Amino acid sequence: MIAAYFERLNETQGLNFSVFYDAFDQGRFLTGLWTTSYICVVAIIASLALGLLGVWLAGSNSRLARILVRGYVQFFRNTPPLVQLSFFYFAVATLLPTVSDGFGGRSPLVSGTGWAIIAFSLFAGAFNVEIFRAGIEAVPSTTVEAGESLGYTRLQLYIHVVLPLAFRICLPALNNNLINLVKTTTLAYAIGVPELLYAASQIWSESFNVREMMNVLLVTYVLLVAVLVFVMGRWEKTMRIPGYST
Amino acid sequence: MASRHQLGEPVVVVAGVEKAFGALRVLKDVALTVRRGETVCIIGPSGSGKSTLLRCINALVPISRGSITVAGREVNDPALDKLALRRDVGIVFQQYNLFPHKNALQNVMMAPLHVLKQDKAEVEARARMLLAKVGLSDKLATYPGELSGGQQQRVAIARSLAMNPKVMLFDEVTAALDPETKKEVLVTIQDLAAEGMTCILVTHEMGFAREVADHVYFTDGGVIVEHGPPGDLFGAAREERTRAFLDKVL
Amino acid sequence: MRVSATDLPVLLPYRAPAAIAPSGLAAPMLLGGGTLACFAILFGASLALAQVTARPAGESAATVLLRWAPLIFQGFLFNILISFLSMALGTVVGVLVGIAQVSVVAPVRRTAWGLTQFFRNAPWLVLLFYAMFLLPFEFNVLGLTIAFPAWIKAIIGLALPVAANVSEIVRGGIRSIPSGQWESAESLAFNRRQTMWMIILPQAFKRMIPPWMNLYAILTMATTLISVVGIQDGLTITRAALVAESRPELMIPMYLLLLLMFFAYCYPIARATLSLERRFNVKA
Repeated sequence: MIAAYFERLNETQGLNFSVFYDAFDQGRFLTGLWTTSYICVVAIIASLALGLLGVWLAGSNSRLARILVRGYVQFFRNTPPLVQLSFFYFAVATLLPTVSDGFGGRSPLVSGTGWAIIAFSLFAGAFNVEIFRAGIEAVPSTTVEAGESLGYTRLQLYIHVVLPLAFRICLPALNNNLINLVKTTTLAYAIGVPELLYAASQIWSESFNVREMMNVLLVTYVLLVAVLVFVMGRWEKTMRIPGYST
Repeated sequence: MASRHQLGEPVVVVAGVEKAFGALRVLKDVALTVRRGETVCIIGPSGSGKSTLLRCINALVPISRGSITVAGREVNDPALDKLALRRDVGIVFQQYNLFPHKNALQNVMMAPLHVLKQDKAEVEARARMLLAKVGLSDKLATYPGELSGGQQQRVAIARSLAMNPKVMLFDEVTAALDPETKKEVLVTIQDLAAEGMTCILVTHEMGFAREVADHVYFTDGGVIVEHGPPGDLFGAAREERTRAFLDKVL
Repeated sequence: MRVSATDLPVLLPYRAPAAIAPSGLAAPMLLGGGTLACFAILFGASLALAQVTARPAGESAATVLLRWAPLIFQGFLFNILISFLSMALGTVVGVLVGIAQVSVVAPVRRTAWGLTQFFRNAPWLVLLFYAMFLLPFEFNVLGLTIAFPAWIKAIIGLALPVAANVSEIVRGGIRSIPSGQWESAESLAFNRRQTMWMIILPQAFKRMIPPWMNLYAILTMATTLISVVGIQDGLTITRAALVAESRPELMIPMYLLLLLMFFAYCYPIARATLSLERRFNVKA
């Protein structure tokens, strides 16, 4: 029924929303949506892990580890993500060996999608390190002192007091960063990863419906972000401490 | 008011303690002895090192020189078992410092569960009893953010008591409270003292000190200017500095 | 002496840090220097590697790099130019939309809010495509044909998300001024427009500067997106250079050179943002 409506719309108004009635275009679009979601989910998880690892190293006793973390954070925060992605995909990839693709040819060890995930995880991870540390620093020293006076060890304090509080404190900033990550995945277009933007561009260059596809694309991304905002909002709510907000 | 109960052996002995933060010397040759069951109040102008002294007793702040023993344990010893010390010494802070992500009952239960690894059912029963004792039986599931200052402070007292301490330290616990809620906290402490708990209070509540304390210390500029039973100190202070301070606050 | 029940810092509403958190690890200049040094070492090492692995007949890697460096730098300067123009356009539009977001007229307020949210949550690259493809290549005003070259469309495309973010910054800044200021201005017979421009905005201005600078740094880094839609910028030239030389061992030093340029430009901005933030927080 939806397909019929959009087909009629194309015939009568000349508005060609091919993704809604053309099975081929629809398939491509959905594959793009799937790839984007896949990159998002893996990169979000990896960036969170990187953030935790970074904040742990930044708090370690090793001077070298601290300097490395600082360097990592500053590098990825203050250079363009697109150039980072190009650097990985075009430059670093040349250093890696190729593997046999099973058909007598050679294919790169890491695919474009793989590089996109690596680059975006490193990019978002750098921000996560800062966010987590700000959260930990925001836990009042007096609360930590209270825990100490009750005989908690450093580790116990972190597990039972500091991290649960720090996590709640940094959740809003974390949400922002993860939303930003979803938007950043469009850059994978530049290295030919068949994600949503790439799929849409293929469709509009073959079906000649730039205007319609562009709007579909924008709305899709805004919806994607809205879903994430909604999920994180719900999560924030369940994590809320009574009496926490004013 | 004279001592209402038999005083026991010394629990806290502070001798010749010095504490310096960089060039700033906040404690100079401080000495005091607190016996089991005794209630001691430390009074004096702000910045005279009173709170630092309490933190030193609890090993939250290391001392620069001298010796502090708590229940026969030397606090300045590098090999000190801090866990054992902190089990013996409870401290209640001016800003309550409850754990905001746990409700009242959980706040009281946390340390015995995590630090002492006691049985959960026993801990819970004891926590309920302690919260009843401070008059908060109806607030077990309430979070700190939803409690008034006085209620939070009473939860903090119960939290410290849950560790079964030999001595309780109170660091200006009523300074952040309004007059009505101050009273409920002071009554709680008075009950504790009457039960024979050893208490050291840093306080600005002169009426309370006069009423409840067995012994009062007046500190100024990092030294103990004079000390004695409340009747002597409040009635007939020997030192000019003490008299000037009391004139100002009373 | 009354202290509210929530005077624990952790219970107060959390304000997300707009930029880098205070490091507390070492002096900021030292850190920047350290990162730069790491960069330089990495760059030098990759160059040396390129030198060693180069085909025997070829020019030395350093020579090739030196030949291209001025061109890449010119491309980088074009990125900076685009960032200035987009920021200017985005700021003008964003301030107006931001003020509309606190309008007393409900339809104006809601429309401004909707626009802001939409353009803030859309990916920058998609908005850039949007501007590139859907804006006409020439305008016809009163019979006068004005050409609309690609780079101007790119500026507009980048200005869209900038405007939406500026709008949020302005709204946040205005909201941060206590309502007592509005009331006292009203009681002094200022009208709403006078109150906004003479009393509220001057006070809010200070608080808007750090997030605005942060946004500028983000925009500068986003200007490389124009290479994706076929405008020649620093990244395009870097790629072209690599294609022209077709020497894979130069890939890493060449890209690092470009990254270095952006870092040298954006890192000081990030530091300045942070120090301004701290200074204003102390005063506030």
